[in-house]
Amino acid sequence: MSNVFIAFQANEDSRPVIEAILEDNPNAVSSASPAMVKIDCKDRLVIRRESIESRIGRSFDLQEIQLSLITLTGHLDEDDDQLTLSWKQ
Amino acid sequence: MHIDLKTVKINPLRQTFANVADRLGGDKPASRYQEATLGLQPEANFHYRPTWDPGHELFDPSRTAIRMKDWYALKDPRQLYYGNWTMTRARQQDAMESNFDFVETRGLAATLPAELKSTALHLLLPLRHVAWGANMNNFSICAYGYGTAITAPSSFHAMDQLGIAQYLTRLGLLLAGPESLDIAKQAWLKQPEWQGLRHYVEDSFVLSDWFMLYVVQNFALDGLLYPLVYDRIVDDHLAMRNGSAVAMLTAFMTEWYGESAKWVDAQIKIAAAESPANRELLSEWTRTWRDRALSALVPVAAMALGEQAQAAADEVLGQFNSRAAKLGLSV
Repeated sequence: MSNVFIAFQANEDSRPVIEAILEDNPNAVSSASPAMVKIDCKDRLVIRRESIESRIGRSFDLQEIQLSLITLTGHLDEDDDQLTLSWKQ
Repeated sequence: MHIDLKTVKINPLRQTFANVADRLGGDKPASRYQEATLGLQPEANFHYRPTWDPGHELFDPSRTAIRMKDWYALKDPRQLYYGNWTMTRARQQDAMESNFDFVETRGLAATLPAELKSTALHLLLPLRHVAWGANMNNFSICAYGYGTAITAPSSFHAMDQLGIAQYLTRLGLLLAGPESLDIAKQAWLKQPEWQGLRHYVEDSFVLSDWFMLYVVQNFALDGLLYPLVYDRIVDDHLAMRNGSAVAMLTAFMTEWYGESAKWVDAQIKIAAAESPANRELLSEWTRTWRDRALSALVPVAAMALGEQAQAAADEVLGQFNSRAAKLGLSV
């Protein structure tokens, strides 16, 4: 198995998303580049709407991450509550 | 020619302001809400005591009987600061403009049954004076309160209430014309059904404890008035009788109440959890003013609901009591 990753522009909107990902995925490693934050995680990475909402204090549509999303790898499995990146076997 | 493109990473020397870092427990990236809130309350070097209140400093935590170790604990769960508050309200304003536009261009006002239209006007228009009272009271909380965490959202809340008064005014202009506003003002001043509520609002103007005023206005009165009038009467009773157009024109009020109640809940919950003394005070204020607000609202609700008003009010009261109990108050 190998890593999946997702990269965001480093800005005010993406910060709670990044914090939520790092908390929900203990194996995730973030690395900051100029104006970008890349998060690598072994095998599987999940973004949960609830974790983001608890940080920003309002309802959040997971599609909003597209506004600061740069790129991602892995197979995407997405519904209203969470977005999962993984390599299917 | 050969060009090498290189990126150079420049790390900022500091992640945030010192006054924010002090409260975050270290130099961490802070959200805009934190930067616009933490450490902003003036605390020292007030030269003179105000001539209008020599018993207190200009900004003084002892203007209320509520005691907090840290006034910044009263955070807003919505994380509103001026920037995102204006953006949120601007979006809602756009939606309301198109609602008004829809009702006007489709001639929906003319299709409302005459009796229902008159009920809506008699019930809703005098409420613009109540909303104005809420505007005054929240600015008073902002002026005399302590701690940016609660005073800043209070001023937003005050402007929201002014907006609500304006929407009610526009509703009157759209459904009936300018004279309806004069009629509503006379009803507010003279009609017996409104006098209990007017008495409540006018008494709230002279309260000197700003946290008590917060409970009286934002928790006790609005906590009963909005569910009763906008939820039970407008969205339910009137809408079922072909009055959906009215509900379109008050859509903001329902949405806004749902959002702002979260803020009110958080303030009361945090203050009550601080100490048993705070909890006692908040419970006592809630009990006293809740009963007064409810008895003032029943005759108002009866203008639309008739004999069912008491039952609807009791139901709203039940929900209010369980809300208060969840916040740690003994009611």
